[in-house]
Amino acid sequence: MAYAGSDRAGVPVSIKILIAGGFGVGKTTLVGSVTEIRPLLTEEPLTAPGARVDMLRGVERKTTTTVALDFGRITIRDNLVVYLFGTPGQERFWFMWDELSRGALGAVVLADTRRLADCFPSVDYFEKHHVPFVVAVNCFDGARRYDPRAVRSALDLDPDVPVVLCDARQTTSGKEVLIALVEHAIATIRRNSEPSAEVLAP
Amino acid sequence: MAPPEDLWLDQDAGPVVRPYALIGGRTRPAGEALDVIAMIIAVRGVTPDPVGLQPEHLAALRLSALPISVADLAADLDLPLGVVQILLGDLRERSLITVHNPIPPARLPDPQILKEVVDGLRRL
Repeated sequence: MAYAGSDRAGVPVSIKILIAGGFGVGKTTLVGSVTEIRPLLTEEPLTAPGARVDMLRGVERKTTTTVALDFGRITIRDNLVVYLFGTPGQERFWFMWDELSRGALGAVVLADTRRLADCFPSVDYFEKHHVPFVVAVNCFDGARRYDPRAVRSALDLDPDVPVVLCDARQTTSGKEVLIALVEHAIATIRRNSEPSAEVLAP
Repeated sequence: MAPPEDLWLDQDAGPVVRPYALIGGRTRPAGEALDVIAMIIAVRGVTPDPVGLQPEHLAALRLSALPISVADLAADLDLPLGVVQILLGDLRERSLITVHNPIPPARLPDPQILKEVVDGLRRL
């Protein structure tokens, strides 16, 4: 499959970053701190309990319902755009993770130390799918400030996975999280391409 | 705690709509999958034959006069992503648009692009 070529001239390069984590951990806040959020509708296959809701609504034979994702866009320069997708935290929304994570540069797993276990599924998912990720500990008002090392140990992270503390409400903090992720992704790509570095060098 | 069926439609579930009437109940687009950040560009100088096209097809076509991502199109059209992917599959079949799927980050022709992203984020 050819990716680079003259047919791409003038076509913007688009980069995808996922914002994951448990319900209510601050994903919407984080996306909103760095860019304007637009709701992006997506579909969910109706499950058995959903079918009951469906019947209550009087809509026959509907097999999907819609779910809104947080969607943000950061224009870096002409023809270079970063897209942020806040992925719903609940496991029932995982069907859309496969589509969103394909070709993603990486993911931010937002964690709340009061409910650290809520981000286990996201960590497991990105580890399993080899998506580079950072863990960003959202320091809520009144939340005890944890040592990042304690979080790393509690999540049993690989040593190279960055753990950063953040305040998802602050633009400065939100962008530092994204920068940490992109730098980690660059390092990961470089490491993975080392055996054939001469081939890839310009 | 409420039984699971009562928790099913919480604030995350969004509005319940029936967009699939628009696309004849299809759930997969024609042809290759369209990534959510694939760039769509309308082919210039072609007047589409409106037979078989919905107003939403034409709206998508108008919005893609300049390169636009699938996700941006879905947000602009206020339609679910999957529906827009199917509409775009139809337009692609009729050669009314070109679809540029994103380059996987590890295969970007110029590794400097990711450095530019870091610098761009710093400037936010």
